[in-house]
Amino acid sequence: MKAFTQLYSELDQTTKTNSKIEAMSRYFETADPVDSIWAIALLTGRKPKRPIRTGDLKLWATELANIPFWLFEESYSVVGDLAETISLLIPTAFRSSSVSLNTVMNEVLNIYTKTVEQKKEWLLSYWNVLAQDELFVFNKLITGSFRVGASQQLVFKALAKTFNLDDKLVAHKLMGGWLPQNTALKELLFNEDKSFDDSRPYPFYLAYQLDVPFEELGNINDWQIEQKFDGIRGQIIVRNNKIFIWSRGEDLMTDKFPEFDSLKNILPNGTVIDGEILPFKEGKILSFNDMQKRIGRKNLSKKILTEIPLCMMCYDLLELNGTDIRPASLHTRRVELEKLLNDHPSSLLKLSPLQQCNQWEQLNELRLYSKTQGCEGLMLKHKQSIYETGRRRGNWWKWKVDPYTIDAVLIYAQSGHGRRATLFTDYTFAIRDGDTLMPFAKAYSGLTDKELVEIDTWIKRNTLEKFGPVRSVKAELVFEIAFEGINVSPRHKIGIAVRFPRILRWRKDKKPEEINTKNDLLQLLKAV
Amino acid sequence: MLIQFTNKGIYCRQADVYIDPWQPVNKAIITHAHSDHARVGNKEYLAHTQSENILKYRLGNISLQTLNYHQPIQMNGVNISLYPAGHILGSAQVRLEYKGEVWVVSGDYKVKSDHYTVPFEPVKCQNFITESTFGLPIYNFPEAEVVNKSLNDWIKQNAAQGLNSVIIGYALGKAQRILEALQTDLPVLLHSTIYNTNEALGFDNSKYIKFTQEFKKEILNPGIVLATGTSLGSPWMKRFEPYKLGICSGWMQLRGSRRRSNADMGFIMSDHADWAGLNSAVKDTGAENVYVTHGYKTSFAKWLREEKKLNAMEVETLFEGEGIENETKELNQEDGAQ
Repeated sequence: MKAFTQLYSELDQTTKTNSKIEAMSRYFETADPVDSIWAIALLTGRKPKRPIRTGDLKLWATELANIPFWLFEESYSVVGDLAETISLLIPTAFRSSSVSLNTVMNEVLNIYTKTVEQKKEWLLSYWNVLAQDELFVFNKLITGSFRVGASQQLVFKALAKTFNLDDKLVAHKLMGGWLPQNTALKELLFNEDKSFDDSRPYPFYLAYQLDVPFEELGNINDWQIEQKFDGIRGQIIVRNNKIFIWSRGEDLMTDKFPEFDSLKNILPNGTVIDGEILPFKEGKILSFNDMQKRIGRKNLSKKILTEIPLCMMCYDLLELNGTDIRPASLHTRRVELEKLLNDHPSSLLKLSPLQQCNQWEQLNELRLYSKTQGCEGLMLKHKQSIYETGRRRGNWWKWKVDPYTIDAVLIYAQSGHGRRATLFTDYTFAIRDGDTLMPFAKAYSGLTDKELVEIDTWIKRNTLEKFGPVRSVKAELVFEIAFEGINVSPRHKIGIAVRFPRILRWRKDKKPEEINTKNDLLQLLKAV
Repeated sequence: MLIQFTNKGIYCRQADVYIDPWQPVNKAIITHAHSDHARVGNKEYLAHTQSENILKYRLGNISLQTLNYHQPIQMNGVNISLYPAGHILGSAQVRLEYKGEVWVVSGDYKVKSDHYTVPFEPVKCQNFITESTFGLPIYNFPEAEVVNKSLNDWIKQNAAQGLNSVIIGYALGKAQRILEALQTDLPVLLHSTIYNTNEALGFDNSKYIKFTQEFKKEILNPGIVLATGTSLGSPWMKRFEPYKLGICSGWMQLRGSRRRSNADMGFIMSDHADWAGLNSAVKDTGAENVYVTHGYKTSFAKWLREEKKLNAMEVETLFEGEGIENETKELNQEDGAQ
């Protein structure tokens, strides 16, 4: 636990990628492999579910700290992070422990089924011995909020560096549904046996938003142009008469898409397709809203399966007859993909249509048109590109349609979490509806730290009322809010929901009288 | 009551004297020389002997009478004396006694020794006025030895990589503590505010280099730079590149504050009492009535009322803050006085 805590704080203290890679590499070089495998799992987001109720954690921490509950809550609202609050409230001076990460994590796995009393006893056995920084990391693990400032790519690079492997190979080896409790580090990194895991997906190749001029891209005819569909990016894997469906977030989602099950009899074994899972009915793509409805359901009734059926819009072919064809050119892979879908037709599999455009100047028109087709914009992929791992610049670009924007006024503020605790950084914005202000979106991101501090100070001086952690403020500050999509929503008071709202800029030049109205939003909705 | 809370500050009518007044008055007792306690414009000042030079440096040519700790004086029948507050050099608690009624105005204080300032001394009283800057149980500060060691280790580690260590702390109090804690042969460069403050305090500057416009990078190569909060994010810092940045403040206890400050390291070093310190200070006075100012006063007063069964109440102060405002204040207040 000590070494892992050290790693955590080193990653926490630097923003430089090289220092992060070095810190991880140092850890992997010296750590026991049974601890390393857990570290890899945790660093790549394979964290266990929260084994103990938050309410119990708060209660027991309050007891151990010997303070009244209101004071715990008061402290929590200042710190903004439960794991940290508890680690600060428990007296930990002069402690030092020698428990290993592997021991802790294996105990965590066994605690779910235990009684509340047993859980408490187990928890106290750690809370009473761990040093403060270890206690913090431990609490992060058991509150299910463990996150670390290192991307998967960096973890792959650190492992590649430590074990002298290729980082793309490491990326592939670490994909899929392996479990740290029954996987050996050696097996995971060096096993050549393909049957080891039929479900293992390939790392997704992701594109950056286009930010270079067209001249730098060369001849437009060297580029494959597709629409950027707005669904769930996924991989369909058929191996050994079994089917697996992975989302880009590396969730195994096979059970969510029962209609795809028949594909295991249609597609040949050793096939992996990359594409977009879309709600599709009677020849038309449905909205992303429908997709969310479908994904949100725990039980997939017959009704919802008929109401919102899905299809896979196929972009790429990664494995053909059991061979990894990612090193082949996109041009070659596309030919094979077309052939595959032609030879093994299914209404569930659509081929992502290629867009015809011979001049860069005409591409914008095509991009704007894509929005009327329910797409987010265009994808540009170089025809000679291999299928890379992770997000990379150069050969693939996404060119999204500009977001919708609206001017709104700040009406509520709440303090943030983590880095933003003790600052009011979570905002609710309103637009005008006749004489009243109508809340329309919450947004957190988009402002600089300096602006956040300035707004925080303003909020404290202009608070009208406090409701728990929320403050209502004078309707005075105007912000330009950007969002990606707009839909009817009975769940929101205003009757409209916007997707991925964020703050574009602080409009110091605008007065609250000049903000947009509900009518403006309705116009936008109509135009979609 | 011997003491009243007025809009000019804490007032003793019988002695006709204010303690750390916010507005100009005839007679003022100053607990310590930080700019939110020591203001210009009063006709007569009374403070501890060790505050004399720094008060004159900051406030100009004032009419100042000084006292040693435990040295009594009388003002219209009120017995007044000063006791060590352990906050910064010359910081004092003010004890006022009249006809058996005893008040202690503690100003800012810390209970744990910093091995530099004269340590805090509890004073028995019936009425105690306490600050509550860190009046929540999340603020329990590590021992000075532990923090000093990590500071020195960090400097060593930076130097080994050829990096300068830029340390931020405020000029009066914190800077001297940091300089006392340094165990190094590396050159130490001081921001002129700190250098001048040292001079006013009579703190030995002979080992340090004062920053001037003639500064050349080679002077450090690598070394240590001590500056105040106003330098954070300023172009002035650029000349010390490549460097690592460390901030010394009690607020560094919270990860959020640490990360938001964009420092490479936060050293939990405060001249205020932590939660345990506040509680022991209140207990040791034996006071039945506790008046809570500055900081998390609502929570701390409620805690003393409900858990310690004391007659505790919060007192409005001019300068209120919540977290970050205090933080900015703490980091910047020193330079406002220059």
